[in-house]
Amino acid sequence: MNGYAGSILRVDLSKGTAWSEPLDAKLAEDYIGGRGFAARIIYDETKGADPLGPENRLVLASGPFAGVFLPAGSKATFAAKSPATGLYGDANVGGHLAAELKYAGYDAIVFQGAAEHPVYLHVDDDKVEVRDASALWGQGAIQAEVALKENLGEDFQIATIGPAGENLVKFACISHDIGRQAGRTGVGAVMGSKKLKAIAVRGSKSVPVADVEALKRVGREMFLKIKHDPALDVWHKYGLGSVCTWANSIGAFPTRNFSSGYFEGIEGIDHHHMRERIIVGNKACFACPMACGKFSRVKERGVWVEGPEYETTALIGGNCAIDRIEDVAYANYLCDELGLDTISAGNVIGFTMECFEKGVIDASQTGGLAVRFGDVEAFAALANRIARREGIGAVLADGVRHAAAVWGKGSEAYAIQIKGLEWSGYESRGAPAMMLAYMTADIGAHHNRAWAITFDIAQGREKVEGKAAKVIELQHIRPLFDLLAACRLPWVEMGLDLKYYAELWPAVTGQDRSWEDLLRASERVYNLNRAYAAREVPGFGREHDYPPERFSTTPVPTGATQGHYIDRQKLDELLDDYYGLRGWDARGLPQAATLRGLGLGDVAAELVALGRID
Amino acid sequence: MKVEVTHSLCSGCKLCQLTCSLYQFGENNPKKAGIFVSSHLLGDGHYHVAVCDQCGDCAAVCPTGAIRVVDGAYQIDAEQCNWCQVCVHECAQGALVVPQGARTPIKCTACGECVELCPTGALALVG
Repeated sequence: MNGYAGSILRVDLSKGTAWSEPLDAKLAEDYIGGRGFAARIIYDETKGADPLGPENRLVLASGPFAGVFLPAGSKATFAAKSPATGLYGDANVGGHLAAELKYAGYDAIVFQGAAEHPVYLHVDDDKVEVRDASALWGQGAIQAEVALKENLGEDFQIATIGPAGENLVKFACISHDIGRQAGRTGVGAVMGSKKLKAIAVRGSKSVPVADVEALKRVGREMFLKIKHDPALDVWHKYGLGSVCTWANSIGAFPTRNFSSGYFEGIEGIDHHHMRERIIVGNKACFACPMACGKFSRVKERGVWVEGPEYETTALIGGNCAIDRIEDVAYANYLCDELGLDTISAGNVIGFTMECFEKGVIDASQTGGLAVRFGDVEAFAALANRIARREGIGAVLADGVRHAAAVWGKGSEAYAIQIKGLEWSGYESRGAPAMMLAYMTADIGAHHNRAWAITFDIAQGREKVEGKAAKVIELQHIRPLFDLLAACRLPWVEMGLDLKYYAELWPAVTGQDRSWEDLLRASERVYNLNRAYAAREVPGFGREHDYPPERFSTTPVPTGATQGHYIDRQKLDELLDDYYGLRGWDARGLPQAATLRGLGLGDVAAELVALGRID
Repeated sequence: MKVEVTHSLCSGCKLCQLTCSLYQFGENNPKKAGIFVSSHLLGDGHYHVAVCDQCGDCAAVCPTGAIRVVDGAYQIDAEQCNWCQVCVHECAQGALVVPQGARTPIKCTACGECVELCPTGALALVG
C-alpha cells in the first residue's frame, strides 16, 4: 500500500509476545493514519477500561506522510485512554520516531497488557523482542535514552519515560530524541502502568510511494520555498521562543496561574535573551527545514536542554513568574529528565504558588517549603516531589483538577483546566474563538486542535459571532496533519499553501482523493472522539466544556486584554453556535444522523443502545 | 567536486540522507544514502555529518579498480565491484556504507542535490 509500511505491530506485554498484522485497508481509508488510527483503536478496544489498567491500550502511530520526501513528515502520535481525563487522549512528538517506525515496516505499534517487571520493546526491522529493562527503571527519561543508544547504537530511535511515568503521574510524558516529548494527557503514565520503560526502533526499509517523480517535484518545491523564505532566519535564530514576546504583547501570555495575560518580566525570558545566553545550536525534526528546536546549555547548572520552546516558557516562565531564561531552561531540563509534561507541570505548580500565596495551603502541607511565584528552587522541589509522589507531590501528581478538589476553599475557580487537562499557553479571556477552541478540544484544554487566536485578533476580540465556524474549520485542518503524520508548522508559520499537501496525497498514496474528502476523515475522528467521551464518561456533555470560573467572571487586570472576560452568556452563545454547526445536540453530544453521515453508523448504534443519544 | 560540511550549522534533520536516497535510487530511505548525520548533542551540542571528501583512499585500495573519478567525483562501478568492502573499512570519514540487503557499497557522487536543499547552509559543493 503506497505511503504505508503495511503492517501494525501488536505487543502483549502480559505475555511478552509480539506479532505483526497487515494494515487494514478500510482503516487506512477511513482514518488515514496517526491520530486517526489511534482514535479508532482506542474506541474499539478500551471500552470501560481503567486507564492505568492492563486493559488500556498504548498506541504509537505514524502516518502516510512520515518518512517521505516532504517537509517535516515527522509526527508520531502516542494515544491511550487518558488517566488525566478518562477521555481519548493523545500527544504527538516530532523528532525521528514516526519516520523510523515506517522504515522498520510498521505504521503503528499497539501495546496491551502489562509486564510484571520493567521491560523495553526492541524493534530492528522484523526482529522484535520484549527485553528486560530493570537496569533502566528509575533513570531519567533522557538518561535512559542515552544509555540505550550507547548500548544499541546511535541509529536507533528511542522513546522513554522518566520517574514520573513509572510513578503514574497523570501528566507524565513520553520523551524522544534527547529532549522532545509527547507531552499531554498522561500517555507516559499509561506507558509506566505497563512497566514499559522504552521503545527502541531501527528500520532499513524504503517507504513505497506511488509517483516518485511527482513527489520529487512537489516536495522539492516545498523545501525550496521554505529555504528561500526570508522568515526562515527568525526560526533558525529563535525557534518558537519568539512567540513569547508576541503573545505577551496581545495579552495572551499566561502569567501567575493565568491571573493575567501580560508578564512584566518578559524581557528576562524572551528570545533575544535565550539566543544570547543559552542557545548552542539548531535541532530539527526529521526532514524539517524550519528547525524550531534549539539546543541549549545552562552553564551555571551544567546541563543541556532542548528548548525551552514557547509552551514551556509560557507555563514555567510567565505562569510561575520565573523571569530568568536560565531558570526556565533549568526547570525545563528537570521536567524532561523526570518525565513531566512541562505544560501541565507549569500549570499545576503555578496553581500551587497561587494557593500558597492566598493561604489556601500552608507550609504544613508543603513539607515546610515556601511556594511563591518566581522561585525556581520551589519549582524544582515540587517537580521532584510530583514525579515521586512524595508529600504534596502525591496530591499534585493527579493534576490541577484533583488538587483543587482536595484543597477546596474556592480554588476550583482558578484551577485552570478543562475536562481534567491543564490549560496550555494561551490566556484566552480576550479571544472568544481561542476560548472556544480550548473548550471543545477533544483531549481537554489544549491549543493545538484549533489555534484560533489570530482569527480573534483579525475579526474582533469582543466578537462572538462567526467564531464557532472558524474553530470547527481549524479543528479539521490542523488535526488532519496529525492523521498524515506531518508537522503543521510549515503551513501555520511559513505560510506554505495547503494545495501542496493536496498534491502530495496522490503522489504518495496513488489515491485520487480530494482535500475535502481528507478533511472529512478528520471530522470523522473528531466526532468519534466525542462519541468515545459520551460512552466512557458518565454524564459527559455540555457541562464538561466550560472553562474555569476565573475566565467567565474576573476581568484581566493588566496588559492588552485588560478588562476582558467572557461571561457565561457569551460562552453559551459560542457553544450553541458550535454544537449547531457540528450537528450535535444541546447537550453537546453528536446526533445519530451526524455520526451516520460520517460513516460512523456502528458508533451511532452503540450510543443509541446505551441510551446516550436518540 | 566534493560536498564540504560545516558541522556546527547542521540541524540534524537528515534531509540530505532522504534526498540522497531519492535522487540516487528513487527511494524514500535515509539508510540508503551516501551521507550520514549523527548526534553529538551531549558532547558539543552539535551534529556531525559524514560524507565523502573525495580523498581517493577507497580507489587506491580497491582490488578490482571499480572506484574511479566520473564527472568530477569518485564513483563505484557496481559491475566491477567484488563486494570485498575493503573500501568501506578504508574510508576515514565512515562515508561508504553497504545498505541492508545490498552488496555493493554506496557513496556520495557529489551530485549536489542535498546541498541545494540543505536548509541551514551546513553543506556546500566545492572544487
